[in-house]
Amino acid sequence: MKQEKTPGVLRKLFWSMFVLSAFTFGGGFVIVSLMKKKFVEELKWLEEDEMLDVTAITQSSPGPLPVNASVIIGYRMRGVVGSLVAILGTILPPMIIIFIISMCYEQFRTNPYIAVALQVMRAGVAAVIFDVVINLAKNVVKTRSILYIAMMVIAFILTCFFKVNAMLIILSCLGIGILDLLIDLYRKKGAAAK
Amino acid sequence: MSLLIKLFFSFIQVGLFSVGGGYAAIPLIQAQVVDLHHLMTMEQFTDLITIAEMTPGPISINSATFVGTQLGWQLGAWGGPVGAILCTLGCIIPSFIICLTLAHFYYKYRSFSGVQTVLSALRPAVVALIGSAGTSILMLGLFQADIQSFHWADFRWVEFIMFGVCLFILRRFKPSAVAVILGSGVVGTLIYLGIGALTGQGITGLL
Repeated sequence: MKQEKTPGVLRKLFWSMFVLSAFTFGGGFVIVSLMKKKFVEELKWLEEDEMLDVTAITQSSPGPLPVNASVIIGYRMRGVVGSLVAILGTILPPMIIIFIISMCYEQFRTNPYIAVALQVMRAGVAAVIFDVVINLAKNVVKTRSILYIAMMVIAFILTCFFKVNAMLIILSCLGIGILDLLIDLYRKKGAAAK
Repeated sequence: MSLLIKLFFSFIQVGLFSVGGGYAAIPLIQAQVVDLHHLMTMEQFTDLITIAEMTPGPISINSATFVGTQLGWQLGAWGGPVGAILCTLGCIIPSFIICLTLAHFYYKYRSFSGVQTVLSALRPAVVALIGSAGTSILMLGLFQADIQSFHWADFRWVEFIMFGVCLFILRRFKPSAVAVILGSGVVGTLIYLGIGALTGQGITGLL
């Protein structure tokens, strides 16, 4: 594993996670899109495939997705210390915000301006996710593998329209991947025998 | 004090068994805090979920902090922060151990071609999952309902235009995601304030 040795990586890691975590309204996949934009496109710390692998691992492990992702990315950058720093960056914003709100939550819950702002912000959040998904989907299409493109389309239809559990989708694709590997090995063996 | 220790172990269980995203954690937290230990009423719990959804950050971290703070206050002024920290720690300890182990093996073996073949099959699925999460949020924005139960009559033009403009700006100028999210909140609220003032409905009538 290639660790990042440049100075200031830990500080950058902490603040990146802190800012991303402070703005992830609505579920774990939002932060994955933000992390992809930040760590792959902006900072160029990770490769795109790596980010997708990390997402698959975080989705199949127990616990909050953003925390899981920060553990792995932190570990990738600076080992266990990196993990701890990334986790701290991830959990501090929600902790501070909830701590403040829990002292005056009646006013917060019933404030119409906050409700309107949160409703319209969904449009912005959705746009960010679609922007990331367009880039990712383009790369899947570029592989020119009918299997992968079909898997992407079918997985989307199943999760989006039929609410099939994400875990089940990942496990099925893991099965397809292992099958693909076995077929590959079998073919190579056949070719070697000739 | 024993209350806080009880909470800590409850949230370790929540962290350990909530596989597959934030919403999986809700019934687990309910089982621990409402049904098993009777620390909150169902009403308080519903408030907790509303607030956890309205604020940024993972739902289980939000809930852990909220439960820890609310119940910790009963023990004194120091109880709130200590409760918040203990519950959150409980929630992330299982994640930390499991993901660290998985990360170690991933980086050790990921360059093997066999592992690459298997991982390549996972990537299209992950793209689909992210796309599907984006679609859910878009449907909430446009119809305040999910894709199974929306009505065309509820269609919201303001959010639709905001979505289009944000996506165009993102594709064209590649700004930071946080700036777009924050900007959409500010501009959208101003638009609604304007519509509310023009129609005389006020801002509450538009939700």
